[in-house]
Amino acid sequence: MSEISTTLPGSGPAKPLAFYDTAEHHPVNGTLLGFWVYLMSDCLVFACLFAAYGVLGREYAGGPTAQEVLELPAVAVNTTLLLLSSITYGFAVLAMQRNRQNPMLVWLVITGLLGAGFITLELREFAHLISIGAGPQRSAFLSSFFTLVGTHGLHVTCGLIWLVVLITQVLRKGLITANKRRLLCLSMFWHFLDVVWVGVFSFVYLMGVLP
Amino acid sequence: MKAFRGLLVSVALLLAGCQSVLMSPSGDLAVQQRNLIITSTVLMLLIIVPVIVLTLLFAWHFRASNKKATYDPDWDHSTILELLIWAAPLLIIIALGAITWVSTHKLDPYRPLERVAAHRPMPAGARPLQVNVVALDWKWLFIYPEQGIATVNELAAPVDRPIQFKITASSVMNSFFIPALAGQIYAMPGMETQLQAVINAPGEFQGFSANYSGHGFSGMHFLFHGVSEEGFAQWVQKAKAGGGDLSREAYVKLAQPSENDPVTYYATVEPGLYRAILTKCVDPESPSCMTRMDLSPHETSDSGVMLQPASTRGMAAMADHPHSD
Amino acid sequence: MLAQTDLAKLIFGRLTLDSLPLHEPIVVYTFVAVAIGGIALLGAITYFRLWGYLWREWFTSIDHKKIGIMYMILGFVMLLRGFSDAIMMRAQQAISFGDSHGYLPPEHYDQIFTAHGVIMIFFVAMPMVTGLMNFVMPLQIGARDVAFPFLNNFSFWMTVAGAMLVMASLFIGEFARTGWLAYPPLSDIVSSPDAGVDYYIWALQIAGVGTLLSGINLLVTIVKMRAPGMTMMKMPVFTWTALCTNVLIVAAFPVLTAVLALLALDRYAGTNFFTTELGGNAMMYVNLIWIWGHPEVYILILPAFGIFSEVTATFSRKPLFGYASMVYATVVITVLSYLVWLHHFFTMGSGASVNSFFGITTMIISIPTGAKIFNWLFTMYRGRVEFQLPMMWTVAFMVTFVIGGMTGVLLAVPPADFSLHNSLFLIAHFHNVIIGGVLFGLFAGITYWFPKAFGFRLDPFWGKCSFWLWVVGFYFAFMPLYVLGLMGVTRRLSHFDDPSLQIWFQIAAFGALLIALGIACNIIQFVVSFRNRDKLRDTTGDPWDGRTLEWSTSSPPPKYNFAFTPLVHDHDAWWMMKKHHYQRPIGGFVPIHMPLNTGAGIIMGGLSFVFGFAMIWYMWLLAAVSFIALLAVAIGHTFNYHRDYYLSSEEVTRTEASRTELLASHV
Repeated sequence: MSEISTTLPGSGPAKPLAFYDTAEHHPVNGTLLGFWVYLMSDCLVFACLFAAYGVLGREYAGGPTAQEVLELPAVAVNTTLLLLSSITYGFAVLAMQRNRQNPMLVWLVITGLLGAGFITLELREFAHLISIGAGPQRSAFLSSFFTLVGTHGLHVTCGLIWLVVLITQVLRKGLITANKRRLLCLSMFWHFLDVVWVGVFSFVYLMGVLP
Repeated sequence: MKAFRGLLVSVALLLAGCQSVLMSPSGDLAVQQRNLIITSTVLMLLIIVPVIVLTLLFAWHFRASNKKATYDPDWDHSTILELLIWAAPLLIIIALGAITWVSTHKLDPYRPLERVAAHRPMPAGARPLQVNVVALDWKWLFIYPEQGIATVNELAAPVDRPIQFKITASSVMNSFFIPALAGQIYAMPGMETQLQAVINAPGEFQGFSANYSGHGFSGMHFLFHGVSEEGFAQWVQKAKAGGGDLSREAYVKLAQPSENDPVTYYATVEPGLYRAILTKCVDPESPSCMTRMDLSPHETSDSGVMLQPASTRGMAAMADHPHSD
Repeated sequence: MLAQTDLAKLIFGRLTLDSLPLHEPIVVYTFVAVAIGGIALLGAITYFRLWGYLWREWFTSIDHKKIGIMYMILGFVMLLRGFSDAIMMRAQQAISFGDSHGYLPPEHYDQIFTAHGVIMIFFVAMPMVTGLMNFVMPLQIGARDVAFPFLNNFSFWMTVAGAMLVMASLFIGEFARTGWLAYPPLSDIVSSPDAGVDYYIWALQIAGVGTLLSGINLLVTIVKMRAPGMTMMKMPVFTWTALCTNVLIVAAFPVLTAVLALLALDRYAGTNFFTTELGGNAMMYVNLIWIWGHPEVYILILPAFGIFSEVTATFSRKPLFGYASMVYATVVITVLSYLVWLHHFFTMGSGASVNSFFGITTMIISIPTGAKIFNWLFTMYRGRVEFQLPMMWTVAFMVTFVIGGMTGVLLAVPPADFSLHNSLFLIAHFHNVIIGGVLFGLFAGITYWFPKAFGFRLDPFWGKCSFWLWVVGFYFAFMPLYVLGLMGVTRRLSHFDDPSLQIWFQIAAFGALLIALGIACNIIQFVVSFRNRDKLRDTTGDPWDGRTLEWSTSSPPPKYNFAFTPLVHDHDAWWMMKKHHYQRPIGGFVPIHMPLNTGAGIIMGGLSFVFGFAMIWYMWLLAAVSFIALLAVAIGHTFNYHRDYYLSSEEVTRTEASRTELLASHV
């Protein structure tokens, strides 16, 4: 310490620098940023699955091809359900911002029903594929197809469980700050799944089925 | 400083290493790789040695107890110096990068050889010796399609004649490596890699798998004999005289896992066997047979042009050779 | 016997009495030793009635400092395990020549080198790096805790759960025999049908969740919670490297999660991602795992670079030379680390252009790295370099690391790599950079921040013994491997035919022995320092005359870290405060907002362990139950809104007053 000179360039004769904040300092809440970062990392998981599908998507191994087994009309309905659910979640958030709890809950329930419809249709598609001998073990194409679509479905299922939990929590605690923050996180999650689905729909279904 | 002694030890050790096979190889490709290792090392030592010396020098000279040394407690920036410390490694890397680009293309294992050895161009019309290599659990199968023979755990080739290896594996990944001859290349099931090399001196050289492949990995080595043309002909005769037949059935039995296998010769090889192994069609009814899946039927031949198996595509195109004929 | 009925199968899966390695004497002795040690430890805790204390103050703690310390303890314990593996390998390779096949059969030896790699990377280096970041970084940025304190505790226990699974594999069943990256087809269900690879998958998957969450947590902490005035270019260099490391974690670990999940699907569900049939492609695994694997190397080394930067500046009594170029170098390395993965398999037969591209990008990384070395060099220049232990580690690092860097660049030249790939030269190279870089850095960091964590310094004598044994031992252990690599000796062999190689392996084994003594000295150092803690006491909070904010608070810091949030004006914030004759506040304290402890993290970690274990042994019932329990605890935890409290201003005043007294008593 003895060797420190006392003058500093640029510090000048102005008022002495303050070195601490005498009020309690509250850093900005990082939850939304943290959730964003999580979503980006989840996005990378999907990127790997897309890459796997990109590599293996034509490895039919003598089994059925995408054109033979994928049915666009059913998937179109499915896609519509999921896109609609994103819109209804948007309405829920709008209601939340106006602190209108009951309309918000109604929108959340509608979102959940649409999501559940999506999962049901997807499970039907899977069941059908397995029943015709086009299960995930049949070929590398089907392995990567089931894994990519199934992982998305798993995320939607998690979203549905989360939705139910959040509805319960809003019913118990009302629209307090913590719950609002959670609703916003789930909102990001839900829209994120929508975006991923758009990728799945175009990359797997459209490009697989259309010539 | 002990660290400095460590450096001396390491230099001494590296000198000792000069007697090693990588530093005194017998194949032209390996010789060029050796030269490349030495060139790159010397190039990097240009910066590594000064750094080590300066580290020890600065640490010693500016030690706290040396009050004669200049002390400049606020000095933390110098534009010129910073330009220098970025530029010095940059220059080395530019040089090394150029060497890398050129040598990687020149020493590409798929590239047909242009010379037998330094200052000895390839004679016109020299046809490479064809050897098909299959890594099995845990031994090496070498098929000589032109000679119609096959061997297990023994390889021979005439000196100064280029060799074209086509390499695959039966079940797990291995790496085909004869350090005296040339660098290694992976042997992967359902895929084919190539190596073009030449041996310039007669002798017996160690070859082995350089990629861990399971229980019997340590015993998965063979001898590579560099011999004269006559010696090679005799060797082929020996194999023909003393060997059995490598039929599909015999291959299936051979492919069963076994360790430390003795050298075995096969006088005949069932036509198309290598290709069947490559496409996993030794049992044509097997669900994994690639030709059964989506390759149109074609004549099976064990020499000349090979069609690509189905699975080397997409991301694995990296594993695929971009310049297949 | 157990597995004969369907009920037994439902409960025990494929676990039978035969799965216990009773026929392996080495494992049995180890088990007996561990069991006796474990019982003694648990007995001691019970006898001294420490369970309640441990539970309240440590296991359920969400204090980043305590979690950081627990990470370090985990890392050190696992270092002992990983090093036992190392010394067993060295011993085997030193004696297994010609007719002698050593004392380890291949199936045992293969597990050991796999476990060694997995443990050293995932459960030694990662916890220690995470632990140091956890402990130091919030203090350096003037924060009270990390952004998500509970998540921090949960991440730690997930890492512990993964480590426990690896340890369990030693005594129940076996570990993978595939090498530390478990390349298929060797790791697929056909070639490795037993539980080993499943242990590998679930241990890494569970620990990976912890690492990813901790990465998100620390990243958000640095972005959102810096003290007022601390702009990005005023962050301490260690914090910068922590930021880049956590960016790498967040961007790399999902790839590991995905690729291990695909491997698990191949093994459990019969899919065909990496199989050799029905269109699978094993080389995709190799690509994907290295897309994670190469950034992983930088995840480990960047924080070490940060430690060296702090240490060099502190002990040279000068600001770090070229702060800005240090920061840019770190960022450049972060970005480039994603563009080099293919250099791990040039020999796969990629085209020459692809190979040279990846070779050259690899070399480019050495430019910022070289700049860093020069920056440390010129920090010492015109300084007053004090050779305390952290500085000694730093100098040893600079000399050792450049050798490793050189051999690394050599391996990046594809034709050279064709000869050196998978050889002991490669082994020597990465131990050269990981021991010489990461481990030396961790030791420097541990000695440097130990007084901050515990309030007393580490004993320098035993520290120096350990230092010399480690450094000399390292050169003895790994320089012979460079030579052996040039002799064309490949890695992972458990037996050799050529007797002329033996001498080199014996030298290497001798080096490993020196390192073992070095580790013994480390342990003695901890014990001696603890016993002499009063003599080594740091009352000032600033034992090294440091430069960054962590030295402005007491040692150990109070649980709120800083009574008032510091205001920052320079990247050497504390140095500047000292220059301006900073007066410590002694009154006017206000209540401080603090997070509350919770047991949810350790419970979920425990359930994850049970779930992983059940999946490994196909105990589907237990797996389902533990998974549902895990989900229930997680959801239940979200119903707990009571997560924080205010520490009263009286208590802050009391704590600060006792520090004032302490400072006054030792001027």
